[in-house]
Amino acid sequence: MSIPSPRNDWILMAVFTAAVLAMPVWLAPIGAAYPDLLQKFAIFGIFAIGFNILFGLTGYLSFGHAAFLGVGSYAAVWSFKLLTMNVLPAVLFGTVLAGLFAVLIGFVSLRRSGIYFSILTLAFAQMSYNLAYSVLTPITNGETGLQLTLQDPRVIDNAISAPGEGLPWTELFGIKMSGYPGFYFCAVMLIIAFFISLRIFRSPFGMMLLAIKSNQTRMSYTGFNTRPYLLVAFVISGMYAGLAGSLLAVTDPLAGAERMQWTASGEVVLMTILGGVGTLVGPMLGAGIIKYFENIFSAYNDQILHGIFAALPDGIEAVVVAVTGLFVGEGWHLTLGALFMIIVIFLPGGLVEGARRIKSFFVRRSLRRHGIRTDQPVTRV
Amino acid sequence: MDAFLLQVLNGLDKGGAYALIALGLTLVFGTLGVVNFAHGALFMLGAFCAVSLQQLLTISKKIKDPSVTFFDAFKETPYMEIWFGDAGTAIISYSVPLSILLAIPVMLLVGLIMERGLIQFFYKRSHAEQILVTFGLAIVIQELIKVAFGANPIPQAAPPIFAGTAPVGHWIGLGDAVVYPWWRMIYLFFSGVVIFAVFAFLRYTTYGMVVRAGMADRETVGLLGINIQRRFTIVFGIAAVVAGLAGVMYTPILPPDYHLGMEFLVLSFVVVVVGGMGSLPGAVSAGFLLGILQSFASMNEVKNIFPGIDQIIIYLVAVVILLVLPRGLMGRKGVMES
Repeated sequence: MSIPSPRNDWILMAVFTAAVLAMPVWLAPIGAAYPDLLQKFAIFGIFAIGFNILFGLTGYLSFGHAAFLGVGSYAAVWSFKLLTMNVLPAVLFGTVLAGLFAVLIGFVSLRRSGIYFSILTLAFAQMSYNLAYSVLTPITNGETGLQLTLQDPRVIDNAISAPGEGLPWTELFGIKMSGYPGFYFCAVMLIIAFFISLRIFRSPFGMMLLAIKSNQTRMSYTGFNTRPYLLVAFVISGMYAGLAGSLLAVTDPLAGAERMQWTASGEVVLMTILGGVGTLVGPMLGAGIIKYFENIFSAYNDQILHGIFAALPDGIEAVVVAVTGLFVGEGWHLTLGALFMIIVIFLPGGLVEGARRIKSFFVRRSLRRHGIRTDQPVTRV
Repeated sequence: MDAFLLQVLNGLDKGGAYALIALGLTLVFGTLGVVNFAHGALFMLGAFCAVSLQQLLTISKKIKDPSVTFFDAFKETPYMEIWFGDAGTAIISYSVPLSILLAIPVMLLVGLIMERGLIQFFYKRSHAEQILVTFGLAIVIQELIKVAFGANPIPQAAPPIFAGTAPVGHWIGLGDAVVYPWWRMIYLFFSGVVIFAVFAFLRYTTYGMVVRAGMADRETVGLLGINIQRRFTIVFGIAAVVAGLAGVMYTPILPPDYHLGMEFLVLSFVVVVVGGMGSLPGAVSAGFLLGILQSFASMNEVKNIFPGIDQIIIYLVAVVILLVLPRGLMGRKGVMES
């Protein structure tokens, strides 16, 4: 990790932008360069980056972030139904509504810290999930999920032009938001989200949040009221989740309550942890890896496995296929759980920490080769 | 009054399950200081002990059915029946209570392996990391069960002698409308016995006394030359057994499936927090309290006034309690306050 300076930040920003926009090119060799998956990378990248603003900077572990994702989705779909198929109002509504929702939940939950905070956010998310399934059915359409219909008013669109045949598509001033255009829209949002997160990390506000993480009592003693800072961080991270949720609706205009379930909250935690909590690129990395493997692994079945291990002797092959078969296809969640444990046990800093360790190992070795004593650990910033 | 009593009774058995799981959670937290998100998975494992014993007992072979004379008809007959006749049939019908005998050693073993194999490395790590690693473990356990037993709920029958309902209303002179299934009554009684046994163990045995001393001041107990770590590990095993037994006995009430544990875990955590982190009586009373509240909230009269209240009542109570009484109902000062 290089020393944070404005120049390095701009380099990071440029590299990140180039990498995101060029994803269809450099992900092609590993079979991940198709629009649906790329959209997921970008969307869950935003979700994880937002989660990291809360968890990475303040250390408050929220187990209810999926609720904001769900709110964002519902708001976006309603915007499609009532106003227009243009995606900008949908994204705006999704983000703002999730933000308002986060103000409410955050105001209550942030009165407590530690595990109590986790339980409170979990409780709120479960409440939203249960309500979306039962009483709020007029708004959420319950189990079926909220979808576009031919009877939707869509006032703005219909005022401009007569409704066309069939269900309309989400669009940005005439560009259909599916396939690659959809991905590039999400990618632009991701780059903006990453930039904002970078600015927050480098700002005095971000420093304040880090200070709260390392010693909240001390912050209070120096005369800071920490709660407004925490609330702002919570709301920002809720808005990121809302943005991600509305983008999910943009790429596929339907919303269901299962997006709010606590397993979905667990997934974003895993993405952040896998990449590296509190690092800038870590969450994006984690989101990409998990979505990639989810996609690849879920598609495998025994036949494909037999094909892969065909070179092995028959008896061994059967055993290998039986064992790996547990972890792919339907068993993808098993892989996810095991991965979760392995990362937390052996690499709590995530992949970014892992890369850092490897780097410092090589740096130390080359220093030693040049006869420089390395009793002192190499200082990192 | 009838309706009131009925709801209290209905809430009690679910409350019993909450109380047993929350008791184990609190024990683990009080002794080892570990927040165990895999505790619900232990409950689920217990339930699947009952399922596996039942499947084991009913391994069958096709034999000729003598009652059909026109053609050769075969029917599945469990080996137990072939070998032991009517006694075998009786054993099969009692598979759920018999599973207790299987569940105790199995769950103890699972608990000890879990503590030695994973939890012991997480004493010093942050609560967030404890939550995350046990959450991962819970997913792993639940997916393994899914591989072994499939995704569908597997119904378990209570022994025929406990079928039907108990005329509770008749006993106390409140009309015959108030009835309560026998098995739920058994469950309530059973959870009471287990809770009492755990408290008695901690209260009236020397072993339990040392454990309590260790909970209060681990360092001093260690300095007195007592291997407190070993005792805490065994307490973890006991907590696993308690959760497992709760699961075994719950199977006739709710057919177990692989995500049973997660559903109960979230609720039990809320129960622990409402009761007060680290307080055993708090966990037990909050378990029963929330069970009863949930059953009241699902009454139609209540639902007409507050639509959807049955879905959220427990969480709502948790939010209110946490905001009004930060330590929960019976939480002690200085436990988990940061």
